[in-house]
Formats: sequence, C-alpha cells, structure tokens
Amino acid sequence: MASKAAARARGAQILAAFRDAGAVEIQPDILQPAEALLDLYGEDIRARAYVTADPIRGEQMLRPDFTVPVVQEHMANGAEPARYCYLGEVFRKQDHRGAARVSEYNQVGYEVFDRAAPEAADAEVFALLAGQLAHLPLTATIGDLGVLSAAISGLETLPARKRALSRHIWRPKRFHGLLMRYSGQAPVPETRAALLAGARSDAPWIGLRSPEEMDARIARLTEDAAAAPIPAQTVAALEALLDLRCPAAEAPARLRAVKLDGLDAAIARIETRLAALEARGVNLKELTFDASHGRTTMEYYDGFVFTLAAEDEDLPPVASGGRYDALTRVLGQGQAIPAVGGVIRPGLLVDLEGGTA
Amino acid sequence: MSTIKLGVPSKGRLMEKTFDWFADRGITLKRTGSEREYAGAVDGIDGVELVLLSAGEIPRELAAGRIHMGVTGSDLVRDKLADWDAVVDDLAPMGFGHADLIIAVPTCWADVDTLEDLDAAAHAFRAAHGFRLRIATKYHRLVREFLTREGVADYQLVDSQGATEGTVKNLTAEAIADITSSGETLRANHLKILSDGLIHQSQATLFASKMADWSGLEAARADLMARLKL
Repeated sequence: MASKAAARARGAQILAAFRDAGAVEIQPDILQPAEALLDLYGEDIRARAYVTADPIRGEQMLRPDFTVPVVQEHMANGAEPARYCYLGEVFRKQDHRGAARVSEYNQVGYEVFDRAAPEAADAEVFALLAGQLAHLPLTATIGDLGVLSAAISGLETLPARKRALSRHIWRPKRFHGLLMRYSGQAPVPETRAALLAGARSDAPWIGLRSPEEMDARIARLTEDAAAAPIPAQTVAALEALLDLRCPAAEAPARLRAVKLDGLDAAIARIETRLAALEARGVNLKELTFDASHGRTTMEYYDGFVFTLAAEDEDLPPVASGGRYDALTRVLGQGQAIPAVGGVIRPGLLVDLEGGTA
Repeated sequence: MSTIKLGVPSKGRLMEKTFDWFADRGITLKRTGSEREYAGAVDGIDGVELVLLSAGEIPRELAAGRIHMGVTGSDLVRDKLADWDAVVDDLAPMGFGHADLIIAVPTCWADVDTLEDLDAAAHAFRAAHGFRLRIATKYHRLVREFLTREGVADYQLVDSQGATEGTVKNLTAEAIADITSSGETLRANHLKILSDGLIHQSQATLFASKMADWSGLEAARADLMARLKL
C-alpha cells in the first residue's frame, strides 16, 4: 500500500493539472455538520461516516466525501460559472476487512458548476480525469441515470407510481418489487386485499403517526388498486433498458431500439455528450455504456456517471464521478445549478503505478 | 501449560442451559467459590478453562482473541462484529435461547403489514413531520443491513437499550426492531410484527475465535471437538 506521503505527492501533481484546467482550489473543513449529511442520506451515511460530538457545534461528521461541502460552499459564495479542485482525506467506516478497504484515504477532485452546456461539462470532467490516468490499463464505464428517470416519466401510469419508482432508482430490489406490484405480476398480499375491502384494527391508536396519515395512505392504495396495471411488455422493456451494456458508441441506437416512450431527449443528450467526449480526444471504443451504472452508489448522482477501474475487481474504482443537479437544488434552498465532478484516489494510483496492486 | 479459554455467560438461564448442554456431552462446567464470585471450573476434560463473562461481552472477547471459544446469541455476534464470519467460526447451534429479531409497528396501522408498506409509510411520514420515521433498536448493524438490503428508505434508527416496546407509546419512535420469543410483550404494547419483518432467528451458539492464538492447542481442540461430536 502506498504511503500517505506518496499518495499526497501524487495527488498534488494531479491537483496542479486541475488548477491548470482553470479550477480554483478550495479546502473544505474536515469536520462537517452531521445534520445536512444525515438528512440527505439517512442511515446509509451513518453506517459509513464517523460521527462525533462537538460541545458547541453539535453533531459533526468527518467528511465522507467532498461533494456536499463543495456544493455548500458554491451555493453560499460562488460566482458562476465555477470550477473547483481539492485534495484531501476522506473518512469512511469499513464493514468488511481487506487491504483495499481503508478507512481514510486521499481524494483529488474537480467539480464544474456551469449552466451553459451540461454535456460539454460532463465531457470536460471525464476527459480531464481520464487524461491523468491514460498510462494505466483501466476499464472505463459510463452511464446516465437521466435515461432511467426519463423512462419512468414516460410511463403511462399514475404519477404516484412514477414518484415511487423514481425514489427507488438507487435501491434496485425495491424498484423491482414495485414494478412487479404495479404491473400485477406480484400477488397482492392478503393483508392489502383485506385492507382495501375495509379491514381495520380495533387496537388503540398509539404513536406519532396519525389516523389521518393512515387514511391518506389507504386512499392512495385504493386509487392505485383501481388503476390499470403497467403492461408486462413495458416492464420487460424497462428491464431490458436496465440490463443494457454495450460499447458507448452503440448506446444511442441500442436505447432507441428499447420500446419505451419519452427517451428521445435523454438519448439526444447522450449523443451530444459522446460527441463532446470525442472532441476532447476520448476514444469511444474504449468506453462501455452501462444503463444501470450508478444505481448502487450514493444516491446523489442523477445524470451522467462514470468510473475508471483496474482489472482487480476487489479494488475500488481509481476514479469516479457524475452529475448531481438535484443535490444543488436540495442544498441550495431553492436555488439550483447543474453540476458535475469527479475524484481520483491518488493512493490507489500510486499502488497501480508501482505494480503493487 | 496453555489451555483453551471457553467463555460462557456468567448468570441466568443462558448459563444454566449452557452447563446442561456441555453436561450432556460429558463435560462438567461449574461455578466455584461464593455465589457472587465469577470463577469456574471444568471437569471431565483436560486443557479447557472456563471464563465467565456477560453474554454481551463474549462477541468482543472472541474478536479480540482473548477467549478461544464462547457461547452467546447468534444475534449478538452478527450485530456486534463487522464481518463476523471472518472473525469467528460458527461451531454449533445449541438449541436454546431462541429469539427472533423482528420489526414491529403499531397494531393500529391497518395499512402497514410489509416492508413495502413500511417504506411507503416512512416516506409519507417524513414529508408530514419533517424527519425520518424512527425505529428504536439496540441491534443497529443487523437492522440497518437488513433494511438496506430490502430497499427501505426514509427511516432512522434511534438507540434503545431497554423497554424498547414502550418507545412508540412514549412518542420517541414510530416502530421498533427488537428480539421476541412469544410476542406477548409486543401484543401488550399494541405492536404487531411485519409479515416479512423477520431479520434474524437467533439462538445460543458455540463459536470459535479465528483471532485467538491456537498454537500448541491443536490436540486439545481436537479432543474437545470430538467430545462435543462436532
């Protein structure tokens, strides 16, 4: 494993390249208020981040990544458009043993906040990071969660069903379960059928959740039960979309072949992005498009996503990133700006360069 | 001469049942000294030393390698030890100390019977109240891993080290995740188990530490395993 000093020195070289690309260096605090992160990610982040208490500032977290503090800093003080870079440690609890499962490591990152041309910004970030790693035999995978969102929006079904599916894009098991429920392919649980037939409990009411909240949910379930099921062929098309993995250049044609409505704009964005990547010298032949890429990572990426990974599947990606427009809306209290960024792990990079990994 | 250190719960039914289980296999474990002194002895086999510990501390002692073997609930090992099966070997379920770790919600929630319902209710609850639906538990790791695997969102775990069934009525949680054997305490507190809310079926289990120093103890271990028919 690379020493911290070696990782830091290698990270500084990359940071310099990011500065040369026009980014302003920022140094967010290591101690971050826990509340914002917990509110965004809930228990998932509590399992992964170190939480500590400060007598004045309350519950704090050792930063688990840079994205949230960078967005906060930009929303508070930033001028547009903006490019930021940073180098520093992040801290993650590890639930499994293994040499690659380190709980503190350096990240060097580059983030772009720009309204003008989102796909060009996507390509800029990817090409810049990939360019730093061009001497290594890495596998590059890209995806676009906007395609899945567009497919959900395009479904002819209740808005409530679409909202529930969108909410679970990052939880594949629940997503699949809901799809089976909404298409009538999963049997209705007996208790649900009884509920819809009017069954209620005579137990005393306890707890903060109110009877009105229950009645509102029963009304939603009643509306749902009356709605037409999502056709099985639409479900099959959606699953074919989720399983799509192909050379990046083929992605637009393959996506057009999927029999789903509402994908045109998302496919056009992919074409624009691929052209922008090519214009920056990225060889599309070396890129794989995976429609489900980014579904099992942190739920803030909502558009373009990418990873650059070594052959050894036990190693985490050397570089990863993506677009997080919705996160800026959540943290910007009404304001929002399209944003995309990515990080490289310089420690891992040193290992790979030294042939030690 | 070094010995195999066997950690056993230091009191109550769990201790008695453990003593019975070993006695059935020709090994006598007993407490020695005064009623209040935590000292023990082993008869019927050589090279084994009894260490009386709180059941809750046995997972940690196994992980640290300070005891070679230990008897504790399978729920405690899974909850307290990250990557538990890399740290201990699960030698034998012992057939007592049965308890199910489950998720329970108020019985009055007629609309919530499955994890799918819980997830939907949690989402609406968060929108209505401005914070995530609270699930009281002391089994943080097991519950979180289960809910993550099942794709439940918009909840938070709140710590409850005792009287967990009372938290809903006391308005400090909306649901609970706790162990139950008969379900009576749940019913008395107007709670019901989700039909797919079984997280883990626990029972007293004999574990061996993978972290302890076993050098020079190979023969003693083989002897003990033979006596236990494992």
